[in-house]
Amino acid sequence: MKIRNILILSAIAILLAAVSLWIGQWTYSWMPPQAAAESHLVDKLFSFLITLGAFIFLGVTGTLIYSAIFHRAEQYDTSDGPPIEGNITLEIVWTAIPVLLVFWIATYSYQIYEQMGIQGPMEAMHIHIPIGMRSASAAPINGDAGIVSASPTSSIVSTDATSNVIAFEDIEVNAKQWAWVFRYPEKGITSTELHLPVNHRIRLAMQSEDVLHGFYIPAFRVKQDIIPNRNIDFEFTPIRIGKYELTDSEFSGTYFATMRANVVVESPEDYKKWLAEAANRKPCTANNQAASEYAQESKELIKGWVTVAPAQAPVVNYSN
Amino acid sequence: MTNISVEDITGDAPQQEPRTDWKQYFSFSTDHKVIGIQYIVTAFILFLVGGIFAMIIRGELITPESDLVDRSVYNAMFTMHGTVMLFGWTFPILTGFANYFVPLMIGARDMAFPRLNAVAFWMIPIAAILLMASFFVPGGPAQAGWWSYPPVSLQNPTGNLINGEVIWLLAVAISGVSSIMGAINFVTTIVKMRAPGMTFFRTPIFVWNVFSAQIIQLFGLPVLTAGAVMLLLDLTVGTSFFDPTKGGDPVLFQHFFWFYSHPAVYVIILPVFGVFSEIFPVFARKPLFGYKIVAISSLLIAGVSGIVWVHHLYVSGTPGWMRLFFMLTTMFVSVPTGIKVFAWTATIWGGKLRFDTPMLFAFGALILFVFAGITGITLSSVPIDVHVNNTYYVVGHFHYVLYGTVTMGMFAAIYFWFPKMTGRMYYEGLGKLHFWLAFIGTNLNFFPMHPLGLQGMLRRVSSYAPEYEFWNIIASIGGFLLGVSTLPFILNMIGSWIHGEQAPKNPWRAIGLEWLVASPPPVENFEEIPVVVSEPYGYGKSEPLVAEH
Repeated sequence: MKIRNILILSAIAILLAAVSLWIGQWTYSWMPPQAAAESHLVDKLFSFLITLGAFIFLGVTGTLIYSAIFHRAEQYDTSDGPPIEGNITLEIVWTAIPVLLVFWIATYSYQIYEQMGIQGPMEAMHIHIPIGMRSASAAPINGDAGIVSASPTSSIVSTDATSNVIAFEDIEVNAKQWAWVFRYPEKGITSTELHLPVNHRIRLAMQSEDVLHGFYIPAFRVKQDIIPNRNIDFEFTPIRIGKYELTDSEFSGTYFATMRANVVVESPEDYKKWLAEAANRKPCTANNQAASEYAQESKELIKGWVTVAPAQAPVVNYSN
Repeated sequence: MTNISVEDITGDAPQQEPRTDWKQYFSFSTDHKVIGIQYIVTAFILFLVGGIFAMIIRGELITPESDLVDRSVYNAMFTMHGTVMLFGWTFPILTGFANYFVPLMIGARDMAFPRLNAVAFWMIPIAAILLMASFFVPGGPAQAGWWSYPPVSLQNPTGNLINGEVIWLLAVAISGVSSIMGAINFVTTIVKMRAPGMTFFRTPIFVWNVFSAQIIQLFGLPVLTAGAVMLLLDLTVGTSFFDPTKGGDPVLFQHFFWFYSHPAVYVIILPVFGVFSEIFPVFARKPLFGYKIVAISSLLIAGVSGIVWVHHLYVSGTPGWMRLFFMLTTMFVSVPTGIKVFAWTATIWGGKLRFDTPMLFAFGALILFVFAGITGITLSSVPIDVHVNNTYYVVGHFHYVLYGTVTMGMFAAIYFWFPKMTGRMYYEGLGKLHFWLAFIGTNLNFFPMHPLGLQGMLRRVSSYAPEYEFWNIIASIGGFLLGVSTLPFILNMIGSWIHGEQAPKNPWRAIGLEWLVASPPPVENFEEIPVVVSEPYGYGKSEPLVAEH
């Protein structure tokens, strides 16, 4: 290859790399706020994959569009192009590079996965095992995951996977058609709003009364299906004070879209205050959008069909 | 040589009735070309039906509130949209093209089992009519999504034995049996009926891809069909395979379902890769770059596709090792797929390009496919999938595949082979208008789904938080534009089929056995079976494809 061609190709590659890096940085703004330790990890991985992906996309489509502009046949030219049938070196290169990329992406994804310690179902089935026997993947995230700076008060969360002094906040989650109920076993209170102390490792024990539901908080980047007749254990660490939304992520029937709940992440003091306040409230029936829609005559232009009746609206200490 | 059964049906078979008789398309014809057109036209009608459901979905989602249709109607709409588009549009139209062109491309007079072929086709309208009839039973059609996950699919609020879900399962089972019949037929035909001299490495890539796709059908479809039957038993006679209240496991159904339904995506896309591999060499006037590796990579994709299904179950309660194993296998699909993309790019590079409508559609579809491939890689990664699973990010990704690539690729195939199938030329101007409306519509409709999904908007919701409204309005406008884009297409097809200019044998100066016969080809295709003497993409080499006799 001529030196001139090599220089041109290198210049194009550098330009593409620069644009791809810029797109990769841009990805952070496409995401919801980073409200849990997990979200930093996911966003970092996503940014990396989009950087790589943008490079490949721009490279391939750039080549195609260049051809489309500059390699057109003249109007009356019916001759054929050069009969090039292949190029073994090139074919080996464009097989080998993707193979290497796959290993790179898979390894990096695996590392992020380990750091997140997302609970698999095997762990989920271990809910009855004492905390001391927790699997390694339940360990909180290490400092090098980039969350220490984001959560300066994370001293409550131990960074040592083998120690048993981690401050867990245990909360029970009950999902049914179409409501979320959260129970705080220590105080024995129930709520339709999920309150969480910031910078604590949260451990949820999730159950479904009827069909599959999915526990999903976009701002936390965590999601887990809840399967009827199974206990699902799930963990994450909120790191940013604020109000977020929990949604049902597995289609659960007619009023699926209404199955949302507020998630309030607050300072440990506010959290304690809220627990105390809720404990003083008498249980009463919470508002439930599915139940009230079901009770009303349908207002839509096209009337619906007979549907599964919503479960009883939850009776809880605290509702919004 | 490899051709065994064609010789005995050659010779003095008299020319049958003229091919312009439209009534044959409503008959139990065993001619693979008639069956091919029956499949294609049926599929397109169902495409319009599925499209109307899509318009209703986009109409509802143009505002955050649930205000156009009742929620139960909305759920029926997305369930039927997915079902009709997959089982009514993509599978049948690809089977249609494979039916029409595989025998022609390999130099055979028909499929191996012509009657089985006709039976397989006629099961499709039956399944489709059943599905549509479910709108009129108490409780309406199935509303559990096209995955039909239990326990939601087992909840039967009407209490009737005949309900939408039961009919849905029957229709899916019928469609599955039909496809299994088709698969047996295609595999036999391709293995046994190639013309003399057409070795595997002289077989066109379209045939390679149909072959690979049909092998997936053979190992995958029995599993889906079994899952559908088990769910039907749970629903009707009270067995408890999947019912958790009676000790069944709902996640087991997800394995049954995705064991087939992910490879199904490759069943759908492989023939489209075949179409690309036919069209790019013709309109670039160059041989297909790396023909052999492109051919083999089709089989590799089919092989790997059998071990990727759990990537749909990352958050369904699968163990960690499974998540990681299937992450790796899923990522590996990108290697043979990448080989194909690079080979097409190299085929186009430095050619003498002409952008007639088939090329425009194939070229646009390739760009959209590269985009879908990039988002597909991000989805295979467990931590990212945990965030975007079941969100619009996934919906955006697979619509770039299923509309951007498959449907656009099918339009490329229709325009490319329309002169061969009808003996008429289509109108180029309307074709180009169709392309631009469809290309812009696809991006407007499906690109916004990516930011929506990253922000956390879930699929299958009939109402959503107000902050998602902006991108939903854009998507709906794109959806309506896609609806409009089919109008010039319909006009073009009907108009040119009736009034179009007579098409020559080979309007594209393409190389291939199908271009050696008249347009449209006579009954039984070849007067004398050709003897193939060279590889299929000899552009620029001026060597003959078949031996002179």
